[in-house]
Amino acid sequence: MEVDLDVLRPEIYLALYAMGALMVGVFGGKDRLTIPLIWVTAIVLALMAWWVGVRESAGLAFGGLFVDDAFARFAKVAILGAAAVVLLLSQDYLERSRLLRFEYPILIAFCTLGMMVMVSAGDLIVLYMGLELQALSAYVLTAIRRDSVRSTEAGLKFFVLGALASGLLLYGASLTYGYAGTTLFSGIVEATADGVSLGLLFGLVFLIAGLAFKISAAPFHMWTPDVYEGAPTPITAYLATASKVAAVVLLARLVHDAFGLNVADWQQIVAFLSVASMLLGSVAAIGQRDIKRLMAYSSISHMGFALMGLAAGTAFGIQAMLVYMAIYVAMSLGTFAFVLSMERGGRPVTDIGALNLYARREPLRALAMLVLLFSLAGVPPMLGFFAKFAVLSAAYQGGLLWLALIGVVASVISAFFYLRLVYFMYFGQEGEGLDSRMAPVPWAVLMVSAVAMIAGVINLFGIEPLAAAAAATLVQ
Amino acid sequence: MIGLEHYLTVAAALFVIGIFGLFLNRKNIIILLMSLELILLAVNINLVAFSSFTGDLVGQVFTLLVLTVAAAEAAIGLAILVCFFRNRGTIDVEDVNVMRG
Repeated sequence: MEVDLDVLRPEIYLALYAMGALMVGVFGGKDRLTIPLIWVTAIVLALMAWWVGVRESAGLAFGGLFVDDAFARFAKVAILGAAAVVLLLSQDYLERSRLLRFEYPILIAFCTLGMMVMVSAGDLIVLYMGLELQALSAYVLTAIRRDSVRSTEAGLKFFVLGALASGLLLYGASLTYGYAGTTLFSGIVEATADGVSLGLLFGLVFLIAGLAFKISAAPFHMWTPDVYEGAPTPITAYLATASKVAAVVLLARLVHDAFGLNVADWQQIVAFLSVASMLLGSVAAIGQRDIKRLMAYSSISHMGFALMGLAAGTAFGIQAMLVYMAIYVAMSLGTFAFVLSMERGGRPVTDIGALNLYARREPLRALAMLVLLFSLAGVPPMLGFFAKFAVLSAAYQGGLLWLALIGVVASVISAFFYLRLVYFMYFGQEGEGLDSRMAPVPWAVLMVSAVAMIAGVINLFGIEPLAAAAAATLVQ
Repeated sequence: MIGLEHYLTVAAALFVIGIFGLFLNRKNIIILLMSLELILLAVNINLVAFSSFTGDLVGQVFTLLVLTVAAAEAAIGLAILVCFFRNRGTIDVEDVNVMRG
């Protein structure tokens, strides 16, 4: 029992912190406490990221219900780090749009807790509970600007489609439970040792479909653009980074831990999701004028690339997927820091026409944005290229040459809309510009992220061996 | 004699009705919420049927957790719906269209 609880210590402490903060918020100063709470929560999450990264633990808890291996730790560090950065980014935005509600940092903490449980799930029940904790907090965060039609509408759409996704996932879980006789991933692997029965195959398909909704992979992506557009921008950044990492990692854990002996059964489904997301994300982004919608389609296309690593079905594929997700999170946080600063006359602007000739007024920020956009597009000297290269070579080595080729084509298509933003910034027409004001924290995040995209070329900040070790614990 | 397959058939039928209710319904968001509940109940029937036919209690524990979460989910859904109604003054599905995706 003590060993079990020791494995869960980060999650237990975060839950205690979040509940304590809720009490302090409700019985203490209410909304006056929001700014201190944001800073304290961000510091707690950042410390937690460091602690989870360095600590040793027994690995399994409660008979395999909860798994704390190198794979889960890699994802947890990424999730906690992204959540801390998002909180810091939000302060200025919340102040200016009068959204300083004390629930905000607490909901982010609960949402992050749900994600940590998701990536450590070793059982269908734990998977579901983690997913719901994350999803329910995310619905509320999306609709937190409750006097805005857009925000509540986004929350409503997110809720209905998210609940449908949970329903699909649960139906799959019930079939899997019925035909495998257990909800434990390790038990499901044993039950599928001599092939997957038809009932289990149905369960697997429903499980993957439910998770594809959460990842916003292509046939299940329809909520993404609307939710990204309607949600407050820091929440969009949060959904685009932390929750993507959690869902992708959860999918990888499910297919490898529970169905790892039957790679061929899920490989085609994941490959299909990957192709559809890459192509749809790249093509649909071309027509977008709103930068948040554009980022939504861009994230759909990026998820396609991450799934390509998973589709390879090898340890190297998982390693490539983890590297891809880590780099994607770093790039997205920088980009959203910039989107947060897009204002005209103190009001947020999301039309990409507002970027016209931005470089003439703010050369440094335009340069940072240029680096990030090149990196998102996968142009060679930037880190984004290495991320794409890793998943493409993983797909090639996994015998999916056709998938890698489609990936290259999709990457070329997606370069168009990223480069169009660069074109606007450097060679656009005269027009109404943006305010030159940018809060210090987003400025710092933008610059650090842009510098990292170039400086990381030397050794990817050493994440590659970490990802390799993480992948090795998942795929034996 | 009523066997496992009868329960699974009922659950599958409820599940499909729920899915169709979500996609074909053009009138009222409350009906969407009812369809979601139907999906979750189909899952619960599945779980309890499997649990009782395999003699394994985990399925019933899962059902209790699903019921609890479904209640929380419905509460949050209704809360968001009330906020939406205050802003738009309507809960018609066709009016959920400020953003077109």
